[in-house]
Amino acid sequence: MKKIKTIIKKEWAEVFKKRMVLFSVIFMPLFLSLLPLIILYSMGGSAQNSANAELPAQFQQICGADLTGGQCMQYYIVSEFLIMFMLIPLFIPVNIAAYSIVGEKTTHSLEPLLATPITTGELLAGKNLASVIPAVIATWIGFAIFAIGTLIITGGGALAAALLDPMWLIAIFLAGPLMAVLSVNFSIMVSSRVNDPRVAEQLSAVIILPLLAVFFGQIAGLFILNSTLILIMCVVLLLVDILMVYLSIRLFQRETILTRWK
Amino acid sequence: MIKTDNLSKKFNTTLAVDNLCLDVSEGEVFGFLGPNGAGKTTTVRMLTSLIGPTSGSAIVNGFQVGRQDTEIRRSVGILTESPGMYDNLSAEFNLEIYANLYEVKDPKGQVEKYLRMLGLWERRHDEAGTFSKGMKQKLAIARALLHEPRILFLDEPTAALDPEASHLVHDFITELRKEGRTIFLCTHNLDEADRLCDRIGVFKTHLLVVDSPSNLRSQLFGRRVVFHLQRVDETIAASISSLPFVREAKVIENKLLLSLEDPETHNPEIIRKLVDAGADIQFVGELRHSLEDVYLQLVKNA
Repeated sequence: MKKIKTIIKKEWAEVFKKRMVLFSVIFMPLFLSLLPLIILYSMGGSAQNSANAELPAQFQQICGADLTGGQCMQYYIVSEFLIMFMLIPLFIPVNIAAYSIVGEKTTHSLEPLLATPITTGELLAGKNLASVIPAVIATWIGFAIFAIGTLIITGGGALAAALLDPMWLIAIFLAGPLMAVLSVNFSIMVSSRVNDPRVAEQLSAVIILPLLAVFFGQIAGLFILNSTLILIMCVVLLLVDILMVYLSIRLFQRETILTRWK
Repeated sequence: MIKTDNLSKKFNTTLAVDNLCLDVSEGEVFGFLGPNGAGKTTTVRMLTSLIGPTSGSAIVNGFQVGRQDTEIRRSVGILTESPGMYDNLSAEFNLEIYANLYEVKDPKGQVEKYLRMLGLWERRHDEAGTFSKGMKQKLAIARALLHEPRILFLDEPTAALDPEASHLVHDFITELRKEGRTIFLCTHNLDEADRLCDRIGVFKTHLLVVDSPSNLRSQLFGRRVVFHLQRVDETIAASISSLPFVREAKVIENKLLLSLEDPETHNPEIIRKLVDAGADIQFVGELRHSLEDVYLQLVKNA
């Protein structure tokens, strides 16, 4: 455990000296918290008279009798941003983890590191947690800002209850960390197999695509996220995460990594 | 401390190390010489359990390579070809990371000990990236010693260092030797090997020869003694070259150059013979072949 902590400390000390990483960890959650709040605030009056008929049929069902047409419109728009909250645990770790192995390769620090008695499991656990923890904390803080802002702006009525319902809590507090683990392990696998940090970042960003498909699917009205769907997503993510952790350890071939890069 | 038995490593179709058989004793400074691409770094990586052998076996500090890799990594220190420090972290933090990874009991104490020993204590808070090459190398040596390994692998420890920094590293290696540590020194610097090593192994995919530098010189070239005379004539040269223990005699200007098996025993007799022949001896000295001559001869023949 001490070695894992050491790797986490080392990763943080290194990575948070990079302005780009700091920017992405602080700015993106803040942006995604404030933007829906601004929309919520600015739509407060103008959406009052919108008709339910303008919304996808599934949304009208979800909004039900508790929300007025205007509130349902607000719920519809703001909930799109809530999906974006699920992007944070995917996006932030990519910045950190994509650099984690390839960065060590380019600075020639990987060989002395691998020469220590650290096991591959400990090394990858340290690198994983160093990327997952900031992403999850940033997501949770961002969501907390959003939740508090929503309660203040809406006065805690039916709209606030809809926006802060258990579905979103599951999405942010359960699916979020699972997504972060997925993203980190994918990035580490990519990072182990390329020689250029830029290539690692670009390839690792591919992991965001499935969530963007969910985002656009919901906007297009193809489906509406609900608690059941999110729970199913969590179970699938958990299984994929287990597979990814297993694969990232299996694919981390010390010898290949040391002898193939120059 | 280090014993290899037909240790081989193949990368696809390329044979990097071929049936290496070595035996390095405790407290010995063993020089591992060879041209670029000879397989020296591959050998060090195998012996430090960074990569596995394709065939053969090796025992390092009593642990078997490939079976007890974690134990080997715990018990040896390695100075890699590039220092590989974390440039944007302080020197002290760099070492603390490794002290923790090597499970050092008193990480802070050990870090301080080696930073002071290598003259880096005052710069401990500075980022490693601000250090000169020599300072980085010293930091990397400190990193290799934090867990007090009995065996130390040094891969090109003075490469790209200026003479002053090289001198400091040499002195430090001499100190480590006095402490009884076993040192496996990969180097291109033949003077360094000559000065520091008890034995050297010349390597080019396979081991060409292992012996002490002085034995290698005498085996390859014999020992040569030069007699500076006021005047050399053919009679003098002929009388000396006819002596049974003289392997070769050459006359260059007013110098008589002799290859002898045992100069300590035969020099007095040669001097007597020269004086009897009427030669005026100005100066006698041994002409030493450099290790470079030995190395080039071996590699050329390989």
